[in-house]
Amino acid sequence: MLRRYWPSALLLVAAILAWQGIASLPGVDDLTLASPVETWHSLRTDTHLLLTNAWTTAQEVLLGLAVAVVLGAGAAVAMHLVRPLRDAVYPLLVASQAVPVIVVAPLFILAFDYGIGPKVLIVALTCFFPITVNLLDGLRAVEAEQLKLMRSLGASRLATLLKVELPSALPYLFSGLRVAATVSVIGAVFGEWAGADRGLGRMILLGINQLQTPRVFAGVIVLMLMSIALFLSVYVVERLVAPWGRA
Amino acid sequence: MATRLEAPVEEPRSVEKAAVRIESATRRYARRRGATVTAIESLDLAVGRDEVVAVVGPSGCGKSTLLELVAGLQEPDEGLVTVAGAPERRAACAWMPQRDLLVPWRDAVGNAALALESAGVGRAEARRRAAPLFERFGLADFERARPAELSGGMRQRVAFLRTLLADRPVLLLDEPFGALDSITRGSMQEWLAEALAEEPRTVLLVTHDVDEALVLADRVAILTPRPGRVRAELTVDLPRPRRRRELLTDPAFAELKRRALDALEC
Repeated sequence: MLRRYWPSALLLVAAILAWQGIASLPGVDDLTLASPVETWHSLRTDTHLLLTNAWTTAQEVLLGLAVAVVLGAGAAVAMHLVRPLRDAVYPLLVASQAVPVIVVAPLFILAFDYGIGPKVLIVALTCFFPITVNLLDGLRAVEAEQLKLMRSLGASRLATLLKVELPSALPYLFSGLRVAATVSVIGAVFGEWAGADRGLGRMILLGINQLQTPRVFAGVIVLMLMSIALFLSVYVVERLVAPWGRA
Repeated sequence: MATRLEAPVEEPRSVEKAAVRIESATRRYARRRGATVTAIESLDLAVGRDEVVAVVGPSGCGKSTLLELVAGLQEPDEGLVTVAGAPERRAACAWMPQRDLLVPWRDAVGNAALALESAGVGRAEARRRAAPLFERFGLADFERARPAELSGGMRQRVAFLRTLLADRPVLLLDEPFGALDSITRGSMQEWLAEALAEEPRTVLLVTHDVDEALVLADRVAILTPRPGRVRAELTVDLPRPRRRRELLTDPAFAELKRRALDALEC
């Protein structure tokens, strides 16, 4: 474990040292770039503020991810089973990814309310695509021979889906989930920037406006840690649920 | 094993009583730019009840196509393919492809039980019915092993049990041991011969190995290169059980092998 991660730890230390070095240069404004020491100080003194806001953002992210998994899995299975549906919907799905979340987020806030709902929706929108596309790929990656075998055994379409296609697509779903987990946090921040009274995104936005640069940096660090924690959780769940990996 | 078809003991295995009948079957595949490839052409072959017929031929002579035609996974472009005892061929045949196709998320029993589950049997009941076969066919203690933990030969045995559990009168085996090393293949052939002695079925076996055909089959059909058709049929009247080691020094075996190889080469 240690042996495997020491390069990563070394790189991190080097990056922090470089950061401190750049922040200490005479021409660098403290309001533009908070140094690691200042950021650490903010992490210590603003712990309570950071944690309460992080909890709000975490709720948005987790709920949004859950919605995206349910809708994304449903869409992938439907598109897999009904070929015309796939042909019709897939291009739209790709096109939908070109819509900037940062533009639609304020519209959602307008259309709905100031609460958690629109943020969950925005997170779900951000995460839907990688989940759907990966699961669909997984369902389509099942070998023709395997399907032929199920056909010869007299299995129904549903039995083939449940006993062969879905289990063999599970590792693909987890690939999509890993991507979704990392981008979900960005979705939540955009949602909060468009209008919110709590959350890490709002805290960061306020910090920028109030020139509390160390607090902004501390908020970003917490967001990063959340992303890493989510990514690792997905990895752990995958090890438990689908340890066999891709075929 | 409920639906085994019982043939009267003395009755000769004649074509009239055939369990599987292929009559001047032709199968073509479309290729790009309108070109077609004829996999098999006007092929005639019949398999009697509980008879083991091996089909031997060079690579690409349409052996796998032939099996899939009988299995009901493909339809002939011309000619007739019928399987006695069921209106639909697919319901009467159990098909075992060359690759074991075991799924990694199920243990060995679970993989074999897939055949029963596909027929609508519940998961627990399917496992309960599959387990005794592991005992009977020398796979006790491997029930809970994952496919990745099994050797190639073991995986092939599990795949064969899955085929048996489909509970169909006709078994269609497509080079079942083709991917195994020759030592394992030899012991698997004897294992399969014993299994079939215990559970007699109508078997159509595709192989490119003449020895394998002679160890297992009652009759050997030799196919021409593509398009495949039957060039010669040999009756293998060697006594059973056949042991590979003893066959090596058996002049009757040598003579059959010579005739088979002659038919393959001309």
